[in-house]
Amino acid sequence: MSSMKVSNLTKETLKKMFAEGKRFDGRGLLDLRDLEIEYNVSKKAEGSARVRMGKTEVVVGIKMEVGTPYSDSPNKGNLMVSGDLLPLASPRYEAGPPGFNAIELPRLVDRAIRESGMIDFEKLCIKEGELVWTVIVDVYPINDDGNIIDASSIGAIAALQSAILPELSEDGKIDYEKEAKNKLPLSKTIMPISFSFFKLGDSLILDPTREEEEACETRITFGISDWNGQKMLNSCQKKGELPLKREDVEKIMEIIPKKFEEVNKKLKKFL
Amino acid sequence: MATKNEFKRVDGRKLDEMRAITAKVGVVPNADGSAMFAFGDTVAIAAVYGPRLLHPQHMQNPQKGILRVAYDLMSFSVYERKRPGPSRRSKEISKVTEWALEPAVDLKAFPNTVIDVQIYILQADAGTRTAGINAASMALAHAGIPMKDLICSVAPGKNGQAIISDLNKEEEDYDEGEGATDFAVAKLANQDEYTLMQMDGKIQPERVKEILDIAEKNCETIYDAQKKALKEVVNPEGKK
Repeated sequence: MSSMKVSNLTKETLKKMFAEGKRFDGRGLLDLRDLEIEYNVSKKAEGSARVRMGKTEVVVGIKMEVGTPYSDSPNKGNLMVSGDLLPLASPRYEAGPPGFNAIELPRLVDRAIRESGMIDFEKLCIKEGELVWTVIVDVYPINDDGNIIDASSIGAIAALQSAILPELSEDGKIDYEKEAKNKLPLSKTIMPISFSFFKLGDSLILDPTREEEEACETRITFGISDWNGQKMLNSCQKKGELPLKREDVEKIMEIIPKKFEEVNKKLKKFL
Repeated sequence: MATKNEFKRVDGRKLDEMRAITAKVGVVPNADGSAMFAFGDTVAIAAVYGPRLLHPQHMQNPQKGILRVAYDLMSFSVYERKRPGPSRRSKEISKVTEWALEPAVDLKAFPNTVIDVQIYILQADAGTRTAGINAASMALAHAGIPMKDLICSVAPGKNGQAIISDLNKEEEDYDEGEGATDFAVAKLANQDEYTLMQMDGKIQPERVKEILDIAEKNCETIYDAQKKALKEVVNPEGKK
């Protein structure tokens, strides 16, 4: 990957260790770090969450806006995901116009949520053709110790699930003074989770630390959710100059439903 | 809802059938290499300039050349005019296209240089990134850049439960049952090396095999069309 900053020596060591199924922090190749979720990190947001996976930390906030619908979906609300890789979160991040990683992160979070059907966009319509809600998901990494995409996607669903739909005044503007009780129109069963697999040599690993992530050569991210009792992949994106083999993809297809169950169980504890 | 077996496609194609392919090489005489590739109503043109010295100098890599891709839609290629200039979508597609093409190109042969690949979509009817990759792969070959293979790209996917290939716009907007899934893939023509994978929609993990089976089969057809076009360069004089 283009931002490779790890030394060749570390990379070679990691490659050898991965081939033996070992990692610096003692985890197995597919073991995830401990997950922690905290809600309501900003009272001014309609919903918010902080996610920690090891030393990686991301905060996500939801804001709602009203506006006119798109002409091709007059009876549907909208979703907008944005994110910024703040120089606060890593010596690797720099101020200035967004680089590729800053563009890709919100797009991947967006696609996993949108395609899963977690949000009922028709219920976000206030008046057909005139007024609809836009759900805005803002993702901010606070400390990047690897696997920011997966952490952000968990943060986004947690924040969405905690979010409240504000009340409107008579002229159709948001009235923050009015007490709001309604939740967002979300599916009770669909919860998209993203899994990024990283490859170094012939080894596939999950949930890398920053160092491991920088040593790896290829990444492929999948969004997966439950849909009518079946597991469904909702999004996929491969990153990096090196190709993947069919065998890698088939192996991932066997791992991913199991990992989804595992994380799903962990998440339910926090919801 | 139609079941897998009886699913009828809007344009009457077989489930694993791509749209009609058109491939031409040498469409931009000024370029070092160029090509157009169409899947039905989706038309992409690609031009390659380089290898040429990369400026600013600090961006040069003394170990290998840089492949730089710019993909975008022409403003009139879609019903609702696309504002000219790169969007976040086109920046993402440019980058994944770079990664899709790079494994085929011997960049070590050209240190300190850049190979610029320009891809523009004249007419968009779904599958623009895959058409663009096919065009760019031919344009690179036409420019005489050493390559270990051609890159072939196609987007199989799903409508409801039926796995189909090369979705057109109407199929991409299908919204019954499991809806529409678009699974763009690129691979080295003669090797088991996948260089692009991008998907959105709904597909069961165990069905991804079916996507790869179709992609492999379709890529053989695309490869033949690419080779044929490269042997019949439209404008051989235009090439330097």
